[in-house]
Parts: sequence; C-alpha cells; structure tokens
Amino acid sequence: MAERIPRVPVREQDPKVRAHNFEEVCYGYNLEEAMTEASRCLHCKNPRCVTACPVSIKIPEFIAKVKEGDIAGAAAIIGEDSSLPAVCGRVCPQETQCEGSCVLGVKGESVAIGKLERFVADHTFEGETLSPSGVGCASESEVLRSEATNAASAAASESRAMRGMVDAGPRTEGLGTIPLGGAGGYKGTDNGHKVAIIGSGPAGLACASDLAKWGYDVTIFEALHKAGGVLEYGIPEFRLPKEAVLKREINEVKALGVKIETDVIIGRTVTIDSLMDDEGFEAVFVGTGAGLPKFMGIPGENLNGVFSANEFLTRNNLMKAFREDYLTPIHAGKKCCVVGGGNVAMDAARTALRLGADTSIIYRRTEVELPARKEEVHHAKEEGVDFQMLTNPVEIIGDENGWVKALKCIRMELGEPDESGRRSPVPIPGSEFEIPTETVIMALGTAPNPLIVNTTKGLEATRRGGLVADDEGRTTRPGIFAGGDAVTGAATVILAMGAGRKAARAIDEYLKTK
Amino acid sequence: MFKILKRQMLTPNICKMVVSAPRIAKSALPGQFLIVLANEEGERIPLTISDYDREKGTVTIVTQLIGASSAAIIAKEEGEFFRDVVGPLGNPSAFVKMDEEALKGQRYIFIAGGLGTAPVYPQAKWLHDRGIAVDVIIGARTKDLLIYTEELGSACDNLYLCTDDGSVGFHGVGTACLEDLVNNQGKEYTQAVAIGPMIMMKFATLTCKKLNIPIDVSLNMLMVDGTGMCGACRVTVAGKTRFACVDGPEFNGYDVDFDEAMRRLGQYKAEEAEEKAKYVK
Ligand SMILES: Cc1cc2nc3c(=O)[nH]c(=O)nc-3n(C[C@H](O)[C@H](O)[C@H](O)COP(=O)(O)OP(=O)(O)OC[C@H]3O[C@@H](n4cnc5c(N)ncnc54)[C@H](O)[C@@H]3O)c2cc1C
Ligand code: SF4
Ligand code: FES
Repeated sequence: MAERIPRVPVREQDPKVRAHNFEEVCYGYNLEEAMTEASRCLHCKNPRCVTACPVSIKIPEFIAKVKEGDIAGAAAIIGEDSSLPAVCGRVCPQETQCEGSCVLGVKGESVAIGKLERFVADHTFEGETLSPSGVGCASESEVLRSEATNAASAAASESRAMRGMVDAGPRTEGLGTIPLGGAGGYKGTDNGHKVAIIGSGPAGLACASDLAKWGYDVTIFEALHKAGGVLEYGIPEFRLPKEAVLKREINEVKALGVKIETDVIIGRTVTIDSLMDDEGFEAVFVGTGAGLPKFMGIPGENLNGVFSANEFLTRNNLMKAFREDYLTPIHAGKKCCVVGGGNVAMDAARTALRLGADTSIIYRRTEVELPARKEEVHHAKEEGVDFQMLTNPVEIIGDENGWVKALKCIRMELGEPDESGRRSPVPIPGSEFEIPTETVIMALGTAPNPLIVNTTKGLEATRRGGLVADDEGRTTRPGIFAGGDAVTGAATVILAMGAGRKAARAIDEYLKTK
Repeated sequence: MFKILKRQMLTPNICKMVVSAPRIAKSALPGQFLIVLANEEGERIPLTISDYDREKGTVTIVTQLIGASSAAIIAKEEGEFFRDVVGPLGNPSAFVKMDEEALKGQRYIFIAGGLGTAPVYPQAKWLHDRGIAVDVIIGARTKDLLIYTEELGSACDNLYLCTDDGSVGFHGVGTACLEDLVNNQGKEYTQAVAIGPMIMMKFATLTCKKLNIPIDVSLNMLMVDGTGMCGACRVTVAGKTRFACVDGPEFNGYDVDFDEAMRRLGQYKAEEAEEKAKYVK
C-alpha cells in the first residue's frame, strides 16, 4: 500500500559541518528517491494540496509524472503555473501551503511536495548537476537531453527546449494569450510593444518572462547591481545557491529576450513618467518589493554593532562579505543577538553563526508562533542557534566607545486571547535581564519604499506604504501595474511570482484593447 | 559597465575621474551622490557628484585614497571600466528646490575641506550661474593639497584659500577664516554650506551657530545600497533617526548629532585596516 511507505528523508549537510560554511544545506533527492517519494501520493480527486497552493500548481499531475520517471513532463506541468520552481521548491513555506493540507499529513507525513518540485526543476535544467551527491547521474541527464533536443523546434535553444519540450508555445484563451509558465516556453514573435518592469525580484521576473513569451519587448530596471531582488540580496547562499540556482533562473528570463538594466533606480536615475513619455514604454509593472527596514525605537539602536537584517544580509549575500576575496566588511562579533522570528531572522542568525558568532534568536512570542518556515527553525536549532522565546528587547546598552555591550530584555507571557483569538504577549513586570552581546541584528519586518509613489503622478499608496492595486495588479493610474511585496508588504516568493504573472495578463489585455 | 574617459591625480592621494554614465548625467543635480563599485569583488562606495555634463553624458567623481576600496577605484586607468555606477542618489541641495524670488536675496558661503572641495563646485556653479551671491572658503593642510582652485575661482564671487601651515592664503582652518570674514571684513551671509570631514563640519556648525548663520552639511555616512534599504547610513538629526542616503545627504547642521555620526563612520575600522594591509602595501 502506497501510504505505508514512509516519507523519503532528504540528504542534508551535517549540521556540525555546515555551521561553518555557506554551502547549501539540503542536497535534494536523486531520481530514485524522488520516484519513491512520488509513489506515496494518493492522487486525490479533490486534491487539497492544489487548493492550498497560492498559484494552484497541478501537484498530483506533476507527481504522477515523477513517479513514471518522466521528469521533463513533470517540469512542463509545474511550468504552467510557476516561473521559479527551483526557487520555490527551496523557499516556499510548504508546511502552511501544499504539504500542510496534504491528506497524508492528517495521520502521518505529507508527501514531500516541495522537495519533489525542487528535484524536478534541478533535474530538468540542462543536465547540470547541482551538488556532488545531488541530482541524477550523467547518463540520465544525457538521455533526457537528447530526447529534449529531438522534440524541440530548431529555433529554440537547447536549454529552453529542455524545460518546455512538452507543449510549449502560447495558447489562446479569450482576449489574452496564456503562457505555459516560466520553466519553459519560447520567446514570442516581436509584437512591437515596449513594457518596463521595475525591480527584478520574483514578481518582476515572472511578469517579464510571461510578457516576453507573448512577444513584448521587455526591459527590467533594477536598482542594485545584480538581479534577483530578495533572492539575491536577502536569502543566503546556504538556502538558495546564487550561481547554481538563481543565476540560471535569471538566464532563462534573459534567454526569452528580456533585457535587464541594473544600476537604474526608478524615481532617481529616471522616472516612470520619463520612461513612458520619452522612452516609449507603453505599460509599466512595479515590482519593487518591500525593502525598508524597521527598527524598534528602543534606546541604543544607533550604537555601533546594531544592524538591520537587511544590511547584514546584503553585506553577506549581495556583497559576498563572507568571502575572503571580496572587500565589503561585515561584523558579526563573538556573540550576536537577532531580534525577530521570521525567515529573515533565521537567515540573519544562521549567517552570523557561520561567521563565527555564538547566536541567539530573541522573539517575544512562543515557538509555535514563529513565522519562519519550520524547516529553517529546525535547521537553525540543529546548527546550534540558541532560541530565547517570550523575550522582548527594551534597550541596547553600549560601552564607553559607543559599541554594543549588552541587550536588555524583558520576559513575556501570553495574555488573554483578544477578539481574533490570538494571545498576545505581555511583559512580566520586573523580569528585565541583560544578555551580554557584541552585535544586535534587527529582523522586525520591512515596508515598501515610498520612492516610486513620491515620484510618479497618479499613483496611490495605502497607509502602510503598499501601492494600491486590484487583484489583477492595476494601480490607480492606467498603464501602471504593480504586484508582489510592493503591494502586499513583505510576503512570500510564490505570492510575488503569482502577482507578477497576473499583472502580465492584465498588461497584455490593457495593451491589446488600448 | 561604465567607462572612465579621463583620469587625473589632483594630489598624490586624490584622483579625479570623468565617467560615462548618460542616464545619471541626465538627472544629476548639485548635492546628490553616486555609488561606485569598481570591480566584482569591490565595495559599493558613495561619492558625491563633483560635476556632470548632460550633453556629453558624463559625471565627474573625485576620490581620495583611504582604504582598499578607494584604492580599487583609483587603480583604474583611462579607458577602463567601473563595474557599476548608480545614481544620482539622495536629495539635491535645498537651494535647487527654492523659488527664484527667495533665492535672489541670499548670500551663500561654502566651507570646503579637503576632498569636500570637489562637490562644492557644482553647487557654487549652480548658484553663480543664476546670479546668486556665493563666496567659497577652501582649506587644506598645505598649498599642494588644495584642489579645484581654478574651477571654483570662476564659479563664485570670492574664493578664499586657507592652509594649516600658511603656505598660501589665510593661515588657519576654514572656520577661522569664516569668523575673520564676518567679524573683521564686514561680510554677511544668509546661508552656509559645509562639506568635508565630519569633524570639520562639526566645527563649521559650531562657528555658524556663534555667527548666527544657518548651515547645511553633507553627511558622508557608510552606505551599502543608497536607496533606504539597509539603514547602514543612520544618523540622528533633531533627535530622530534618519537615513542619510534618502533623507539627506544634506541636513541642517544645527540638528545633526556629529559625535554619533563620527562614531558610526568608524564602525568597520578594524575590518578595513585588515583589508588595507592586504591590498595597500
Ligand atoms: C531574508 C529574507 C528571507 C526570506 N525568506 C523567504 C522564504 O524562505 N520563503 C518565501 O516565500 N519568502 C521569503 N522571503 C520573502 C520573499 O523574498 C519576498 O516576499 C519576495 O522576494 C518578494 O518579491 P518581489 O518581487 O515583490 O520583491 P523583491 O524580491 O523585494 O524585489 C524587488 C526588487 O526591486 C528593486 N527595486 C526597488 N525599488 C526600485 C526602484 N525604485 N527602481 C528599480 N528597482 C527597484 C529592489 O532592489 C529589488 O531587487 C524572504 C525575505 C527576506 C528579506
Ligand atoms: S493532497 Fe497529498 S496525497 Fe493528495 S494529491 Fe496532494 S500531494 Fe497527493
Ligand atoms: S545606504 Fe542603505 S539605507 Fe542608506
């Protein structure tokens, strides 16, 4: 019986070893493991996993292909709904989405949907092996590659052919054309319309690749010197390898003919109005994310040794401060306290740990409420990060030179449930104590940057800074669309990607009926 | 990639470069800055714009050799490329946004120290071109270290040179020169602007307080992105935390917590010394 097979464990780097390096923690499944894991799926008639997936990936269908060993077929199915499967398979909070709803999870362990998605994406990509013990052997890749080449049209590049071989190419539905997703597809015939995408995070990349497939002339403008958004500057190498995974996803987008202009800050280097009036862009998608760091407003936050998680992670990931051969400095100290409980806090803590700091997470609620992915919390603990729950900082104490010396905290307890049924933490009077520390990293969430709203006529933002946009991404100004964290505030990669694709459809519709 | 069209050493330590960056040249205004990343392995270094030419599509930067990252910028030759040049960042100087009427009656005094002399140039020029009264004081340790004397000479009404050793011009620091101008030479100013080392801007502010002249200072904080994303550039201004890259770089000097700013500037001194030892022999 299928359900009797236990969930196939995934191979990982030894915690003691990986606590000192930046290589990827998880090795992923090989073909055999993936096929075994795929065989656990019940192929439910009303699959709850699909309902729980923000972009409704046809999960049982792709898993069925994996079970048969038809990985390219699985990739094509995922590609219909997701543009970044190698990324999402690694970073989606599966336990609250697909896997959290899987029927097998009711009594036992859910299907490892995320790990299967990742396997499919990694395995399909040009036969490239990711890690020494990782995906597939050379011969499998060889076979797959030759099949792909046969099936593909002569015009398509080999890599694109690999990913889109089953039935790539636009199909028509109503007014707009529906793409077959980012993990495949071809550059459409040039339709002569120019679209500008602002920001190269998951929202911008997804929007750009769909539009390119429909023949639009697409340019992405990115403020930083590398594309990828949070995937590049925020999420560390040990969770999302930059060269092996992110770069190849971005190269796929470029292969569709999308131009990426880095070092262009819209609102400073050039405005949206000037892109539209002087440079001939007929529509604009704003996918600028939610990059502004928050601080607590407690005394001592400007002491030396206090950083936002954004600064700390950007120095390490974008600027590669962890590498000897890169010039950007980073300072984790011997002891580091990270305030917050989300993915950002886990990433900052595990980075500080790898840089040699004895690291604690300071979080004001309990472990159950930690908003981070479960896997990240688990990995952080395995690696030796200390967790101080029900603890809230009240002051950062400095030494005579203005460097952090200690973090003064107060213990919390859960109060009575409020109207929403959530028990919020309240301080226990008199429970203040000090944690001696050299650095403090604030990972308290982020808000959208007001630059675009402030420099573009007719765009409106909510009180919390998000751009006002409808479900399809239409903002308050015709021709300008938005999606991802720039609209919702800090959320997830999959939601940003989904929003980018919806907006692509709305842009297509807008330009066709204009 | 951004091509270096011209490179000239102004002093043994200070280098002027004209860089091709058409998009930036088109939108740059006095008071704004750039971020330069020399090579893939480099650091993002903020540099105040020292000139721009919209027609030729060029911007001018002036860099002083301090550590490994500025060494990497200066090491580039004419015809070579910077990996990245981003900008223009920050807000233009306050006068750029003022209406003409309000500007007409103003009398500006710029106090420039060392490297800070270069970014004073586009500001003074902007005002001088519009017929606004501008005097400029530039100071350095000794005669040979004064920069931009020629350019500034034609971009203001009166240029005052100061040297610590008295080798040329006023013998003493720029702030002493300002006091002399106001107290002994009957000069009146409605607005001062100081650009230079943090300690110099702190003293310029103290002097201006004494002389009752409002002063703006340009804060060269440590930066990473320059777009408000990291908070590395935090400064306390009028008791509030501000991000120098997006809220500045110019602030009312009276409100700036200079001691904190100086301390924060030294945050990576230990790491920098280590890098420098590796690269600058
Ligand atoms: C450390 C960290 C860890 C995370 N971990 C996870 C995780 O495990 N799982 C998950 O699902 N989500 C995670 N998230 C959240 C997820 O990364 C974001 O929700 C997602 O990246 C949002 O995508 P986006 O495209 O909307 O914006 P972003 O990825 O933020 O990209 C926006 C891009 O726009 C650029 N930009 C901004 N302003 C301008 C401008 N004016 N001109 C030009 N370019 C501009 C920015 O430089 C940036 O590159 C994490 C976030 C962080 C910070
Ligand atoms: S809910 Fe679980 S068992 Fe059912 S189709 Fe989805 S993955 Fe398979
Ligand atoms: S330099 Fe990053 S916020 Fe100012």
